[in-house]
Amino acid sequence: MIPNQRTATTALTPEAIVSSHTTAQAPVAEYALGLGDDALILAQRLGEWIANAPELEEDVALGNIGLDLLGHARSLLSYAGSAWGKSEDDLAYFRCEPEFRCRQLFEQPNGDFAQTIARQLIASVYFGELYRALQASDDPILAAIAAKAAKELAYHLDHSVQWLRRLGLGTEVSHERMQRGIDAMWPFVGELFSPDRYADAAPGIAVDPASLRDAFDALVPGLIADAGLEVPQVPFARGGGRDGIHSEALGPLLAEMQVLAREHPGASW
Amino acid sequence: MTSPGDSGTRETWALWEVFIRSSRGLSYVHAGSLHAPDSEMAVRNARDLYTRRGEGVSIWVVPASAITASDPDARGSFFESPEGKEYRHATYYTKTESVPHL
Repeated sequence: MIPNQRTATTALTPEAIVSSHTTAQAPVAEYALGLGDDALILAQRLGEWIANAPELEEDVALGNIGLDLLGHARSLLSYAGSAWGKSEDDLAYFRCEPEFRCRQLFEQPNGDFAQTIARQLIASVYFGELYRALQASDDPILAAIAAKAAKELAYHLDHSVQWLRRLGLGTEVSHERMQRGIDAMWPFVGELFSPDRYADAAPGIAVDPASLRDAFDALVPGLIADAGLEVPQVPFARGGGRDGIHSEALGPLLAEMQVLAREHPGASW
Repeated sequence: MTSPGDSGTRETWALWEVFIRSSRGLSYVHAGSLHAPDSEMAVRNARDLYTRRGEGVSIWVVPASAITASDPDARGSFFESPEGKEYRHATYYTKTESVPHL
């Protein structure tokens, strides 16, 4: 069914995906591009914390998580690009804002440390459930990428939960900031589970976003309550990230991420 | 991190000493130190800082304040005693011919 199908074990690194000359079918590539953008944009956001986190140790912790996400993005974009003869760099550096398909949560600004933790908590549960389900995909490359990512997500979630508790149950100021961070990020939760036409076009291969909602609802409100915080009662944002509709935050992020590659095309170091 | 409401006096996290066991059966070896707000976060920070390249299978963290160290300035008198006491080394002794396979 899938051309040049390879064993799943060759798909663990972007380099292995490229050297295997596996070609993704068009619907698979379209779907993988959206997932890759989610991971890429959040990785770029986390990278902004390097040298800016409250302590050196948190620079490293957030950097590690960002690098894990970048690894997922590289695999997904490399695989997506195989359908169109494009490299991961072509896709990351030479697409414009409306061509990016990330859900809007991932492009939201870091804010303070608490807001970053709120965003990461939501993202880690979402990614964790997504990659758990995607391991059963009929596409062996996506299943292998998901299997590797799922293990890493367990640690990402642990990091977010530890900080959620400490900030939520810490001082008056930390509690207030953690609540404010959750309030700021919560409107973007709904979009994560809203229909994704690229997932609809790849039945058996893609994960239906709506199918992840129950697991999220079973876990996250409880974690928030355990930290002495409240689940916001707010309307969800309009969404549309998968269709190239983004908040004002994405443009500046892309400018910074892409400027070097665009000024010096083909540069390497 | 400076921010509104910051009192200006920056609180710093406690210092922790990190010990890593590289594989089962080996001793824990001092890997370095780090800052963390509590022991649970110290273990996680140690994982991030000292096991990035598969260095360990187990981590201990100890508050640096819990370690009592010998006085570096007293090194001379403190460690002088073994000097000239070669009989404390096994190589000082000659083998007895009546005991084979020693």
